[in-house]
Amino acid sequence: MNLKLKDIVPQLITVIAVVLIFGFFTYNAQINMENRGIDFGYGFLSQESSFDVQFSLIEYDGSHSYFRAYLVGLLNTILVSVIGIIIATILGVIVGVARLSPNYLINKFAAFYVEFFRNIPLLLQIFFWYFAALRALPLPQDAEAIFGVFFLTIKGLYVPAFIWQNFSIFFYTLVAAVIAIIVIRIHAKKVQENQGKQIPVFFISLGLIFIFPLLSFLIGGVKLSFEVPVLKQLATTSFIYEGGVSLPPELIALTLSLSLYTATFIAECVRAGIQGVGKGQKEAAASIGLTPNQVLKLVIMPQALRIIIPPTTNQYLNLTKNSSLAAAIAYPDLVLVFAGTALMQTGKAIEIVSITMFTYLTLSISISILMNWYNKKIAIQEK
Amino acid sequence: MFKYLKQLTSLVAMVAVLFTFTTESMAAKKSKTLKNTQKKGFVRCGVSQGLPGFSNADAAGNWTGVDVDVCRAVAAAVLGDANKVKFTPLSAKERFTALTSGEIDILSRNTTWTLSRDADIGLTFVGVNFYDGQGFMVRKSSGITSTGQFKDGISACTNIGTTTELNMRDFFNSKGIKYEPVAFEKADEVVAAYDAGRCDTYTTDKSGLAAQRTKMKNPDEHIVLPETISKEPLGPVVRQGDSVWEDIVRWSLNTMIEAEEYGITSANADMMKTSDNPAIKRLVGAEGELGAAFGLDNDWSLRIIKQVGNYGESYKRNIADTGILPDRGPNQLWTKGGILYVPPAR
Repeated sequence: MNLKLKDIVPQLITVIAVVLIFGFFTYNAQINMENRGIDFGYGFLSQESSFDVQFSLIEYDGSHSYFRAYLVGLLNTILVSVIGIIIATILGVIVGVARLSPNYLINKFAAFYVEFFRNIPLLLQIFFWYFAALRALPLPQDAEAIFGVFFLTIKGLYVPAFIWQNFSIFFYTLVAAVIAIIVIRIHAKKVQENQGKQIPVFFISLGLIFIFPLLSFLIGGVKLSFEVPVLKQLATTSFIYEGGVSLPPELIALTLSLSLYTATFIAECVRAGIQGVGKGQKEAAASIGLTPNQVLKLVIMPQALRIIIPPTTNQYLNLTKNSSLAAAIAYPDLVLVFAGTALMQTGKAIEIVSITMFTYLTLSISISILMNWYNKKIAIQEK
Repeated sequence: MFKYLKQLTSLVAMVAVLFTFTTESMAAKKSKTLKNTQKKGFVRCGVSQGLPGFSNADAAGNWTGVDVDVCRAVAAAVLGDANKVKFTPLSAKERFTALTSGEIDILSRNTTWTLSRDADIGLTFVGVNFYDGQGFMVRKSSGITSTGQFKDGISACTNIGTTTELNMRDFFNSKGIKYEPVAFEKADEVVAAYDAGRCDTYTTDKSGLAAQRTKMKNPDEHIVLPETISKEPLGPVVRQGDSVWEDIVRWSLNTMIEAEEYGITSANADMMKTSDNPAIKRLVGAEGELGAAFGLDNDWSLRIIKQVGNYGESYKRNIADTGILPDRGPNQLWTKGGILYVPPAR
């Protein structure tokens, strides 16, 4: 009983102290805001925002509410984070493996890349890709077409837009193909376990994912045409492309710098993971007759992943949080649109900053939960 | 005997109470911000991150500009030395929070006076030190000479957190033009992006356009279009709730403008003490007790004029002579065809 009390009291005191400190600051903020005639409340979220945003995934203009503006910013943050994470992962894995390559040139090039990009502050890299690379790009009227349909200009990357007919049929065949592949994989595993026979799952999958959608074109009545961007003159020396899809240079520069920067850290995680698997494992696997591919896929990677995942999760979180540097180069993310323009127009500093903080917290925790789930899934199953 | 003593004590007590009341009201007159400023020995002033003519720091860290001069005038009035100012450069986004949180005491940062800012967010605008309006800058080579030539798809670079963003939307909407807003947090990046060719036009207050043009790679390649799409009265701002401080800042600015009206300059201010005009004598502290109203001595306005100069001198030094806007336009005295008109100092 005495022992229990000794355990509880310090914790109780800590909790009370934390509550008191928070209480003091909240009270203080309330008094100060009252003295200065500042109202507190979230009612502004339903008011008309009356400012436009350059780039939005959902329909938005100034006649929508501040809440809608918040969603626009949030989706833009998620967009750049997701693209960034995908590119950084692919690049990181390639560079990480390349650093272990016996080829001198590949090895040194990968090492140089990692050391170079991870040792320059991210904000500088963002500025570099935006301002230096931007100036190097041609004006719309001088741009050379890439493959005849892509135009990379100072005002953005213009790509052809897909114009679908009966898109839903195409989509369903794609879903059907994916389901078929999963079924075949499960079947192949069973066959291998029971009879020791191997079915070339990869090639079958590749075939299915092409054949199913192809059928939808031939007999399903699906049609796809492209809308190629066309140059339009605004004034004597001022041009843009019309039609197609335009990706703003801000998005490109931000994604590029975030992925290049984060990929260096992921590459190091991957290298550490692979090197963390004992040499004996590889040799033992080779000695029972596994091909080098199988050694990597069945023996090395499953063990390496356990080392790679937890630090890589950190990098994903960093990338998401670093995307808030977007404000520097006019990419309309959550910080620029909501904690920037909306904050200024409403003056609701405490409300907006708290919402923004809470949003980043939720984003980060979601990524953490997802990655922890994956980590648990690949962890050693103790029996 | 005791009867009288009793009456005497009550009399003494009454006098004492009265006395404390009078000293109390005198102390209350001395505002909290004023007291803090005098204790610290400098005025805390929020300015821009570099807008030539308004608030701009040179290589040695000396701030100049018409916005800077407002803070210097307050320092001269309150502390006796126009150099006792601590400048805090702020982005458009940070400025109001810095003021309401008490980090600065005056915000003199080309800030537009609007109803919602004045009424909503704990701020008080004390006056106008520059009448401005939003305009557009384009490349000369584009051949555009009027906003009427703008077409669908035009991209416009600007700052976030300003009235500019809202005016721009109103303008393009009313003309039915689809546009791409490219909004940056800092002015330097807006200029760099526009200069690189990212945007077809750069929009902000016309004074800002004129000032930023000087920062471009080749200023002569750009022109400011003649149209003005909004009213932008720019002026200093203080926190709500300290009316004495508010009055000091307001009348420091008004003194500069009125001094120009009466022809008092930094050079002739001392001689004006013997003027025949009572209005001039009041402004240079030779007549009346104007400073007492906000707890200052009577030479407060003289110091402003001597150390900072009148509004015309400040404009000439910062905006006209630097080639930003040689023509004063509406920022001319009402007696000379402008709209600068301040209440009389009496």
